[in-house]
Amino acid sequence: MDIVNYNSQELMVVNAARLLRDHDVVFVGVGIPNLACNLAMRTHAPNLQMIYEAGVIGAHPSRLPLSIGDPTLVTGATAVCSMYDIFTLYLQRGNVDVGFLGGAQIDQYGNINTTVIGDYEHPKVRLPGSGGSMEIAAWANRCYIITPHQKRRFPIRVDFHTSIGFLDGGDARTKTGVRGGGPRVVVTDLGLLKPNVNGELVLAAMHPGVTFEQVSENTGWPLQKADDCEMTLPPTPQELRILREDLDPQRIYI
Amino acid sequence: MTKLTTLQDAVERFVHEGDLVYASGFTHLIPFAAGHEIIRQRIKHLTLARATPDLIYDQMVAAGCARKIIFSYMGNPGVGSLRRLRAAIEAGTLEWEEYSHFSMISRLRAGASGLPFMPMNPTGAQDLISKNPHYQHVQDPYTGALVVIVPPLTPDVAIIHVQRADGQGNAQVWGILGEQQLAAFASQRVILTVEEVVDEAVIRSDPNRTLIPGLVVDAICHVPYCAHPSYTQGYHDRDNAFYLTWDEISKTQAGVEAYLDEWVFGLPDRNAYWEKLGPEVHQRLSAGERLSEPVNYGDY
Repeated sequence: MDIVNYNSQELMVVNAARLLRDHDVVFVGVGIPNLACNLAMRTHAPNLQMIYEAGVIGAHPSRLPLSIGDPTLVTGATAVCSMYDIFTLYLQRGNVDVGFLGGAQIDQYGNINTTVIGDYEHPKVRLPGSGGSMEIAAWANRCYIITPHQKRRFPIRVDFHTSIGFLDGGDARTKTGVRGGGPRVVVTDLGLLKPNVNGELVLAAMHPGVTFEQVSENTGWPLQKADDCEMTLPPTPQELRILREDLDPQRIYI
Repeated sequence: MTKLTTLQDAVERFVHEGDLVYASGFTHLIPFAAGHEIIRQRIKHLTLARATPDLIYDQMVAAGCARKIIFSYMGNPGVGSLRRLRAAIEAGTLEWEEYSHFSMISRLRAGASGLPFMPMNPTGAQDLISKNPHYQHVQDPYTGALVVIVPPLTPDVAIIHVQRADGQGNAQVWGILGEQQLAAFASQRVILTVEEVVDEAVIRSDPNRTLIPGLVVDAICHVPYCAHPSYTQGYHDRDNAFYLTWDEISKTQAGVEAYLDEWVFGLPDRNAYWEKLGPEVHQRLSAGERLSEPVNYGDY
């Protein structure tokens, strides 16, 4: 197995997995977040609980789920409830520790657009819309955003606030009365961005071999570097083996 | 009078031009056969509501059945865009009304409960709320805080696929429950499609599993494999390969029309559709077996 070389997806999965803690209750999406949760469960977080917006709690998928409502999520889960219950009893009530989010655009303050590029009434590109993300971003205790690092994905302002990070920064998020803490980390294939005290995303870590200039060139605002900006540790042979041999052997997402 | 009938008859009697239709099921139990029957009967000017329009509404919009769509996530799950819907919206030929999943489901909850609105905690995301006038605010009389509210959604007709029901429409569902129950109670009329019609005694042996009571059901149609290419837990798997294929088919309107000619207009019903899929697909989608432990209700 090639453990020196790894691709962007593997790098993002591994770094996302490392953010999860044992006993976290995680609102999961398919693809990279699902792989990150399963990797965390098989390494440092065996008691992590995966819940899905379709209403599945404590999923133990025995194959790689290919949709948010894959039947493998149900077989062997601890509970299934209605969508209304998952959004109220679990998310709105404050029983979700971690939400994973992605988006076509993520801005300087961690706001996310998955709705539209251009004008809402006359869309240039119509995107899928909120799904569960408007409430997950607001109500999960911590949010992690995973996305490839490209300039068009990181504009200074999103075209549409589908789900919020820190709005215009400062205490703008707190003033809205939302219960969750907002985005903690943006995991990209170049490094990790984290909000500073003002809610502005700054470079907190770079992956091995990446330069600050490279990250800066691929970001749509004047990117600041945190004083304690560090290098992430490369994926370990164990992490890569679990991903490639157990979790996604057909290499659908990695 | 029995409610058991054919899907063709149920659609003729209960789905009318201009209706607000809710074909329910979150990834699971999507009643594709009913969508195809509506296309086959060329029913027009519908308002189509679903949290996730999925391929069923992409097909119905491409077939010209809809004037408006109400939704909260318009994607091909696990694949990408719903190309026909997206094209119609970008071209300005289809009206749309948009929510988050939770506010969409809250509208159904209000409709199903007979309430004037449902309250929700703030999300801080104002853009959608400012674009959709159905979102309103009221002051919480207990704390003074502003609460986001949405009005009831009361479809003219809900179409709901379930694993099994008796002849009265007492319906049992397992696996992902989505918004099935809310859609049934919120709607004026309910068409049930079922994998199996069972004796009332089967339903009575496990009453906790009954999600929808016969009292809200108007028609029961025995339509095995109704949900393909989505799935029915324990009966067949999701056809993920078809969801990928649809991404190709739906690149052009002509591609969709050719598909509809072959798989909808060219076939009389779901039995013919399932046969046409062929043994390889049947084999690939077989569900296998994982039984639950029986419970003791007690002999009282």
